[in-house]
Amino acid sequence: MSEAALGPTSGAARSLDLRRRPRRVERIAEGAIVAVALLSIVAVALILVFVGKEALPVLFSAVVHEEVTPLAMVMPRAVNGHAMYLWQPVSDVPKYNIVPLFLGSLKVTIVALLFAVPVSVAAAVYCAEYAPRRVREILKPAIELMAGVPSVVAGFFALVVLATWVQSVFGTEHRLNAIVAGLGLAFATCPVIFSVSEDALRSVPQSYRTAALALGSTPTQALLRVILPAAVPGIGAGVMLGFGRAIGETLIVVLASGNAALVDLNLGHSTRTVTATIAQELGEVVVGSAHYHVLFALGALLFLVTFVVNILTERALHRSRQSLTGSKR
Amino acid sequence: MIPATSVAEVEGVASSDSVRKPREPFVRRDGLVDKLLVGGTGAASFVMLAMLAIVLADIVRGGAAKLSLEFLTEAPANGMTAGGIFPAIVGTVLLTLLMTLAAVPAGVATAVYLTEYAPSQSTLARVVRVSIANLAGVPSIVFGLFGLGFFVSTLGRAIDVTMFGGELTFARPSLLWAALTLSVLTLPVVVVATEEALRAVPRELRDASLALGATRFETIVRVVLPEALGGILTGAILAVSRGAGEVAPIMFTGAAYFLPQLPSHLNDAFMNLGYHVYVLATQSPDVEKTKPILYGTALVLLLLTFLLNMVAVTLRSRTRGKLKPAL
Repeated sequence: MSEAALGPTSGAARSLDLRRRPRRVERIAEGAIVAVALLSIVAVALILVFVGKEALPVLFSAVVHEEVTPLAMVMPRAVNGHAMYLWQPVSDVPKYNIVPLFLGSLKVTIVALLFAVPVSVAAAVYCAEYAPRRVREILKPAIELMAGVPSVVAGFFALVVLATWVQSVFGTEHRLNAIVAGLGLAFATCPVIFSVSEDALRSVPQSYRTAALALGSTPTQALLRVILPAAVPGIGAGVMLGFGRAIGETLIVVLASGNAALVDLNLGHSTRTVTATIAQELGEVVVGSAHYHVLFALGALLFLVTFVVNILTERALHRSRQSLTGSKR
Repeated sequence: MIPATSVAEVEGVASSDSVRKPREPFVRRDGLVDKLLVGGTGAASFVMLAMLAIVLADIVRGGAAKLSLEFLTEAPANGMTAGGIFPAIVGTVLLTLLMTLAAVPAGVATAVYLTEYAPSQSTLARVVRVSIANLAGVPSIVFGLFGLGFFVSTLGRAIDVTMFGGELTFARPSLLWAALTLSVLTLPVVVVATEEALRAVPRELRDASLALGATRFETIVRVVLPEALGGILTGAILAVSRGAGEVAPIMFTGAAYFLPQLPSHLNDAFMNLGYHVYVLATQSPDVEKTKPILYGTALVLLLLTFLLNMVAVTLRSRTRGKLKPAL
């Protein structure tokens, strides 16, 4: 290796630093590693740019505005004297009101979380606090397997089997509805909330428990008043991740929700979500039409929602780690 | 909220050893609340296991009868009401293979940068981490939009214009674009698993290698990566399993309902197990006739992803066990 290849180093430092300098091939490889690492940033930027690019004509294109304006996408339309929110993109006068779609997404997500949060947080408490080792060794891999079930399979089950059960139990008007889709979604959300919550509970330092017990509290008191509160930011992060997963999930809702864009709060009625709308309509739409751009706008809004949720989740996790290790106080 | 417990209660519950920890011999107990908590949380765990068991049992019961050599090796026939799913299996395998070729090297390199090269307070590393976390949270349907808008319409068109004189060759949904879209989606899986594996490699191994005169790059290639191989493989398998089950990102970027021929070029469309289930379940004219095929396809997909997951989980617990005592 030539002296020149060593690079600019001061004489004193060189005499102390006996490490061999990388060869040129190595430096190229190292440069490539950094470049590839930057790809993830590029990917996020590209998603923003290319989904945004097709979505922006909804705001700025005069051609699109002949068919739909941003205001018309959220404001009701007067039909026979009634204010109606209509999503009818393929009628004679296309109507692109996105209120029923977001309402639909919220409905199924809330059903999913109402079921998934209590069940998976409680299961996480059991797994972290009570479960004997042998039970835990079955429970955790099983839930990992559950997370690995493809959503199209879960959606198919909801469509064929769960829908029949729900109808016979709740006597719902439509066979496919928000409850079926929500419960199907819960199948996909439970493992997410469980893993993050269980992690949060386990990362509460053992000293918290010993201190509480030494002060005379019972194990239950220690759990309810010390350990659970300390794990709350982590559990909250899990719930937010579950929310992001549920609102962005496509295949389960497209198969199990019935896909009628209604504006009502009846969970037994057929429901159309944002994701299902994109999935069902983008394949048949003319590229560059108003409908095409509106579908991309839906995707961009969805991306923004999950982006914000992700950042909040990261913050919450970061803060809980900091407060648990005491690095701040 | 919880009343003070009497001595009698303490002794009464202490004899039941359901929640007893060996290192806490003089801990006070409160009977009823304790039992309710154990019972309630235990029941919740049972509910989760039951959900998994019910779905599995139903798919296995519905699909087992359909599972045969013919079903796995024949093409669909009679307008999807008969025949097998061979093209969908081939399409899924090709898709995930291509995806792995892109996602695993990129994911491993990213993890190597994060754990081995990035300074601990590096802003760049933080931005990379935030990006990875965000990629993991982007809804899969948005990946589909991205794949269509970027790979198919923009990159594909650019290739057509520059290399094929504007003739439609790559500016259409295809195996290549679907695989690349999926590789962006599965990148976080590979990165997270590889990072964990790299961090588990003891510092002493790196120090020893450097002390023997190896450069940092040699240390990584010859010492750290081989040691972390198990964990990296786990990540790759998890990514394959995830990619094999995803439908939303490929619906607009390359998956097709029915193709008479298997894909032979990167720019061919392909059939896919998950997409097959989706299309048959939503657009079939005769649901009762296609139901056995649907169940069969769902079962094959489930078996494929489960097998991969189980291999990954076993591999991970083994490699974890191997590395820890070495410290």
